Amino acid sequence: MMWELIAANRRKSLALFAGMALILCMLGYGIGYTVRPDGGGHIGLLIAISIWLILAAMSVFGGGSLLLKLSRARPVSPDLHPVLWNVVEEMKIASGLPAMPKIYIIDERAPNAFATGLRPEESAIIVTAGLLSRLNRDELQGVVAHEMAHIVNRDVQFMTVAGIMLGSIVLLSQVFLRGMWLAPGRSRRYSPKSTGKIGPQGHIAIVFITIALAILGPLLARIFYFAISRKREYLADASAVRFTRFPDGLANALEKISANTIPLESANKVTAPMFIVNPMETGDGMAASGLGSTHPPIHERIAILRNMTRGAGLLQYQRAFSKAKGKPTMIIPSSGLKKDKPVAVREPHPDTVKPKSNKAEVRDVLDLMRAVNGFAFLICACGLKIKVPPDFGEPRIECPRCKRKNEIPTAKVTDVAEAAAVIGAMVGTLAGGGQEEIPTATQQSVKLPGADAPPLEYYRRSSGWETFSCSCGKLQQLSPAFSAHQLNCRKCGRIIRVDPAK
Amino acid sequence: MQWIGLLIIVAFFAGFIGMYNSLVQLRNRVKNAWSQIDVQLKRRHDLIPNLVETAKGYMKHERETLSAVTDARSRAMGADGVAAKGQAETSLSGALSKFMLVVENYPDLKANQNFLALQEELTSTENKIAFSRQSYNDSVLFFNNKIQMFPSNIIANMFSFNAEEFFEIEDAQEREAPKVQFTS
Repeated sequence: MMWELIAANRRKSLALFAGMALILCMLGYGIGYTVRPDGGGHIGLLIAISIWLILAAMSVFGGGSLLLKLSRARPVSPDLHPVLWNVVEEMKIASGLPAMPKIYIIDERAPNAFATGLRPEESAIIVTAGLLSRLNRDELQGVVAHEMAHIVNRDVQFMTVAGIMLGSIVLLSQVFLRGMWLAPGRSRRYSPKSTGKIGPQGHIAIVFITIALAILGPLLARIFYFAISRKREYLADASAVRFTRFPDGLANALEKISANTIPLESANKVTAPMFIVNPMETGDGMAASGLGSTHPPIHERIAILRNMTRGAGLLQYQRAFSKAKGKPTMIIPSSGLKKDKPVAVREPHPDTVKPKSNKAEVRDVLDLMRAVNGFAFLICACGLKIKVPPDFGEPRIECPRCKRKNEIPTAKVTDVAEAAAVIGAMVGTLAGGGQEEIPTATQQSVKLPGADAPPLEYYRRSSGWETFSCSCGKLQQLSPAFSAHQLNCRKCGRIIRVDPAK
Repeated sequence: MQWIGLLIIVAFFAGFIGMYNSLVQLRNRVKNAWSQIDVQLKRRHDLIPNLVETAKGYMKHERETLSAVTDARSRAMGADGVAAKGQAETSLSGALSKFMLVVENYPDLKANQNFLALQEELTSTENKIAFSRQSYNDSVLFFNNKIQMFPSNIIANMFSFNAEEFFEIEDAQEREAPKVQFTS
């Protein structure tokens, strides 16, 4: 049962949190005492806690949304990438997450994904465009499930808090050690005699402990932090397999992602633990994964997943893990293991997408990003796909290859009689002061200028991406998955009926 | 000594109320999980006519396969109760997977964007059914255990909490032990 896991996780997180808090408090007190033995300890403690509070407040209020802005993430709607949307919805059901997470795409060719959100109710899953173009449905499902597991297991919350603790400890000890180096005589100015209760030996002991703590504390905290982060990655893999019931999907995805050599630009050290594969260690998949790494070695993660032939439950993952590692380290809390039922592995989906060349892949990424950014697509008679920027105001566009003038299709006024009726009704309302014929139009509180105009009609030419312009000149886009019968112009609000190709 | 007796009575009542409330909560969890499945089943029933309509134009000689799907759908829509629904949905799944196998022979249909979009929706809906079925059966197991075990079974009997049924859709794939692959 997942809630058992969450509870076990929370207990462990609290223990670790307490340990780190203890290091921080001791460091703060010791530094204060070393600088000013008469009462400085308490001031030091206060300073340490306030540094932590400030950093925590910064990450809580600015953290998630700031990261999204920095990485120029764009929200995704269901008709822009139906497969991604569906996969996230499936994993939401499988993981029992209370609310649908927001979905974003980042314009990067490096395949990767991460999750944010301090609470599961306000979470987001972010994937790069490169990931979408490279993975098939099962692989994408594996990656999304891994991110969903991070959200459900409260890893985002925990790693953020632990990261802040680590940051404060590093900051404090750096300041202290530099200070000692610059002003070595300072602590000697207050002679041991003036300390009162504590004798000279006690004073020296505290100073030494503080120095030792300042040197070792950050190291210890870092080792803690990275060890926990690695463990959380294994746990997220195990949960992902439990959700998808298909270990090979995640294994294939990890293989494809680790084969990538393009660096991810929008990643940094703080966000690294949340990615599916550490974005700071691209190049070769075997990259250094020792004590100072947020992620376990990827070949090991793949080996464990490949070993899971008997089932997709947590217990099977634990067994495969022990087999691959050669030692029976418990990666999943035993309380979670006991209640977990065996889960059968399912069959892969029939692959509907053919493998693509590298060039086609790049083109796919660019097209997806243009679609996300509101670009329009027009297919010229010579076969070239012309990309029209969203603010292109002309009715015609010249093909850059064959120089043919291409007309941007426009939506036409529908039925003359119907249009006349609508106009007549409008005139009626204007003249007669609101008759009951069209109550919807008069009741609308926020009205766009074109909302009352007679509806336009557009006949689709194909069932792929399509573009046409509204009578106001605003370009409208239809995705292959568009299934409604009408839409409102995003600029003037006019109704446009969309009919299937004649 | 009197207040000890009072304390025991109060503790007894508190335990009673707590147990009753947790049973109600568990039953609601089962109901909620069931409504999640129901939404997905309805979605599947809604998708099938569109899919068949799109395929009709391409598959002129596959009338039997198509009518098997439509028949199974109408039977599934008429089914009542968890167990009956499970059976009807199983036969619908079988008809659909047969239909999808036949589709492989029609490359024109497989290239149709509209059909591909519908197919993706159907795949996703089937996945959602499978995943929500798992969480439904989990919660049913938990609830049934609770109402059959002491001491909560006393309260369950008093207020007639009845055991819920499991929802079984047999994936043909899940049962077949040896993996058979047809390589062309």
